[in-house]
Amino acid sequence: MFGVIGSRILQAIPVLLVVGIIAFALFAYVGDPLASMLGQDYTEAQRAALIKQLGLDQPFFVQYGHFLWLALHGNFGNSYRLAQPVSSLIAERLPATLELAITASVLALVIGVPMGVYTGIHRNTPLSRLFMMLSLVGVSLPTFLLGILLILLFSVWLGWLPSFGRGPVVHLGGWWTTGFTSWTGLKSLILPSITLGLFQMTLIMRLVRAEMLEVLRTDYIKFARARGLTSRSIHFGHALKNTLVPVITIIGLQFGGIVGFSLVTETVFQWPGLGLLLVQSVAVADVPVMSAYLMLIALVFLLINLIVDLLYHAVDPRLRIGR
Amino acid sequence: MLARAWNSDIAYSFRTSPVALISAGIALILILAAVLAPLIAPHDPMDVASLSLMDSFKPPIFLPDADWSNPLGTDNQGRDVLSAIMYGMRISLLVGFLSVLLAIVVGIAFGLLAGYAGGVVDTLLMRIADVQLTFPSILTALLVDGVISAALPRTMREALQIYVIIFAIGIALWPNFARTVRGSTLVERNKDYVMAARVIGVPSWRIMLSHVLPNVIGPVMVIGTLGLGLAIIAEATLSFLGVGLPSTEPSLGTLIRFGNDFLFSGQWWVSVFPGITLILMVLAINLLGDWLRDALNPRLR
Amino acid sequence: MPLLDVRDLTVEFPTRRGLLRALDRVSFGIDAGEVLGVVGESGAGKSLTGAAIVGLLERPGRIAGGEIRLEGQRIDNLAPEPLRRIRGRRIGMIFQDPLTTLNPLYTIGRQLVETMQTHARLTDAEARRMAIGWLDRVGIPAAAQRIDAYPHEFSGGQRQRVVIALALCAEPALVIADEPTTALDVSIQAQIITLLKGLTRDHGTAVMLITHDMGVIAETADRVAVMYAGRVAEIGPVAAVIRHPAHPYTDGLMASIPSLEHRVNRLRQIDGAMPRLDAFPAGCRFHPRCPRVFGRCTEDPPELIPAGPTQAACWLHADG
Repeated sequence: MFGVIGSRILQAIPVLLVVGIIAFALFAYVGDPLASMLGQDYTEAQRAALIKQLGLDQPFFVQYGHFLWLALHGNFGNSYRLAQPVSSLIAERLPATLELAITASVLALVIGVPMGVYTGIHRNTPLSRLFMMLSLVGVSLPTFLLGILLILLFSVWLGWLPSFGRGPVVHLGGWWTTGFTSWTGLKSLILPSITLGLFQMTLIMRLVRAEMLEVLRTDYIKFARARGLTSRSIHFGHALKNTLVPVITIIGLQFGGIVGFSLVTETVFQWPGLGLLLVQSVAVADVPVMSAYLMLIALVFLLINLIVDLLYHAVDPRLRIGR
Repeated sequence: MLARAWNSDIAYSFRTSPVALISAGIALILILAAVLAPLIAPHDPMDVASLSLMDSFKPPIFLPDADWSNPLGTDNQGRDVLSAIMYGMRISLLVGFLSVLLAIVVGIAFGLLAGYAGGVVDTLLMRIADVQLTFPSILTALLVDGVISAALPRTMREALQIYVIIFAIGIALWPNFARTVRGSTLVERNKDYVMAARVIGVPSWRIMLSHVLPNVIGPVMVIGTLGLGLAIIAEATLSFLGVGLPSTEPSLGTLIRFGNDFLFSGQWWVSVFPGITLILMVLAINLLGDWLRDALNPRLR
Repeated sequence: MPLLDVRDLTVEFPTRRGLLRALDRVSFGIDAGEVLGVVGESGAGKSLTGAAIVGLLERPGRIAGGEIRLEGQRIDNLAPEPLRRIRGRRIGMIFQDPLTTLNPLYTIGRQLVETMQTHARLTDAEARRMAIGWLDRVGIPAAAQRIDAYPHEFSGGQRQRVVIALALCAEPALVIADEPTTALDVSIQAQIITLLKGLTRDHGTAVMLITHDMGVIAETADRVAVMYAGRVAEIGPVAAVIRHPAHPYTDGLMASIPSLEHRVNRLRQIDGAMPRLDAFPAGCRFHPRCPRVFGRCTEDPPELIPAGPTQAACWLHADG
């Protein structure tokens, strides 16, 4: 078990390094740190002095090492646009994105998995067909469009739910801000999390269904039927377990999709999270934020991969036997 | 031969599936409208001279104060929404097609290479694909777009924007194709007919192109149609976010972004109609892709 | 009264090319404790017959005619729940590929206990004890420890033993074994067959042994039914069918088996191939390949006619 963790971490390191190089290359070559810091008029001497001060005359790998060192300490420099340290910007916005992402994921799982199981077991009932049709619409609906339509319906026409922002938030433990504790906070959370979660929900449902159908076709299910086991134990004992094992891993990986689509949702709802930050940064080529985001995302994904791997090992007995 | 194609299982499945027929029909109508837009659009939304602020914010035909010259209403500058949609579809479809094409070409090339060569090449390419796949494609497209736009000199940015978008989305989508192609290639590589060809001395690239590739086309087509849907959504999303196509060549996504500002003041049609068109288009494509996948899957028969 | 009585069983598959009749008025019986071999080429309908008996036909196949009686009661027209109670408890089934027949995520003990508790009231402890007993009986060494192992921890032959245990643990009166040794190494095949023979003899269980391996039939079966193109061509005691086949097809089958005693330059074979389901010839289905075909064969499909010690569906024996 620890061998798995160890080897995964070892594999993750080169990936992080490569991503780091890309992020750094962004930082060093694409953006123009000098321009924003020097302003309109500057003398050659000032420029030369700044270059020396920032260490921009050093060889590539020295600069890269420096960058990595700073990064490890959470220092990504200052945003071009907002002139604030990137790390504090990120810390400020992280809770918003996380709360949204978690709510959306939970929603997607809680609705998607049962729907998938139902449509897998009862293939041709009218309810199944309805679900399948809805799922198709769900996959074809761009997230931002869904957001807009929801806003139109629930904010503009019905006036039930707020259409942007997070509402007043409560500070926890000095750093975290949460919207869970207030009624306005929760109301603000509803539309964005549905928007964010719908695509996931559809994906999960179709995945679970497809896997369920596959499993129900296997020989061991046939044998279970031939032994006279009840439908209940076949569907919810055998089939479900065998379905969920591969599905868990894919769901875990899909969590990445949520973080990605949060970009769009946050923009539509003006949700003050990391996604909105990134979009605003890309629009003005605010490179420090972009490269910090890149490294952060890489880290998150590698973590998710690791957790999913461990889960897989824990659940599938075939993987537990050591080599 | 046409008769044989008509009677083949796929054609039969197509002919008898109402879903496939309807979605193909919808897709066809939309594509035709897009392609023929310059000819059949009632107005030219880009012709500034023909616009009159007097026409601004006319509502669609089923609301009061509307008339048939602008059946879907107009926007804040008097542009006809219907025409804007038709022109917008052209861009959306164009960008979608081209980016999926790029993704397919790159994906097939890498997939064949990885599957056939095996060993280090395979591991390396698939690692790259896997890492990229852990990031959602929107994010990849956004970052690639952002980086390249930032790297280009300001003057060239707008002119090249459409190519940058196509490239960005293509890059974002290639791993899906590469993995599928690699999987199929691996399966085919171990089959006897490939081994026989190798024994005879047929060069590898020949084997890949003329033997393996045709067997791999099926899954590629399925993923291609679904990828087309994804590409169109991706482009619309990027445009909506403001980092997509420039406003001189608005796609459906850009139109939705324009109209977003007017949602609260009640002129919802400027956003909603392009949105509905987008949904219809992608839905039709996805339905076709789904049908294609079922038709090509021998086990579901 | 026979334990299992199959009469005029017909199975059809509606496809877009029309209605395909995979089994056409198949009739046979199995007595309590008897071993009936069912032999024939691939596609002759042997497995379908087994599946039809327990109501496990794959969609869109369905029983289109005939009757299946178990101890006198009809089972072909039962509702799903009563049918489920028969499966495992009164008719057991063994499938071909032991590597895919066991659920990889559950221990074999759990699968055994679950099966037994579905059909009888047993406490967990009792069921577990009985499960260990069964594993012992099928020859799994160290049963008390291996009971908590997963299927992938066993070899193919051992897994098939587990499958046999699972099929027999609810003590059915009849077990249908569908090609139980085909997927196994030759050396293991003999062991499995011996095991099956021994266990069923001890418990008085009847066996419907489906296989294409005549050697296994010769060793194990009391009677044998030869199937061809969805029909029974010949049926009778094993020795009689092997030594004095009455149907030309059976004759061809026996003759094509190489013998250790005579040397031949060419192996005898039956020319042609079994007809496709949508292209049956008129009259007797074997007539295009039959060396003894005559007029009536091309017009009337024959029923089973007594032909000495066996019964054969062949007009050659029409006049006694």
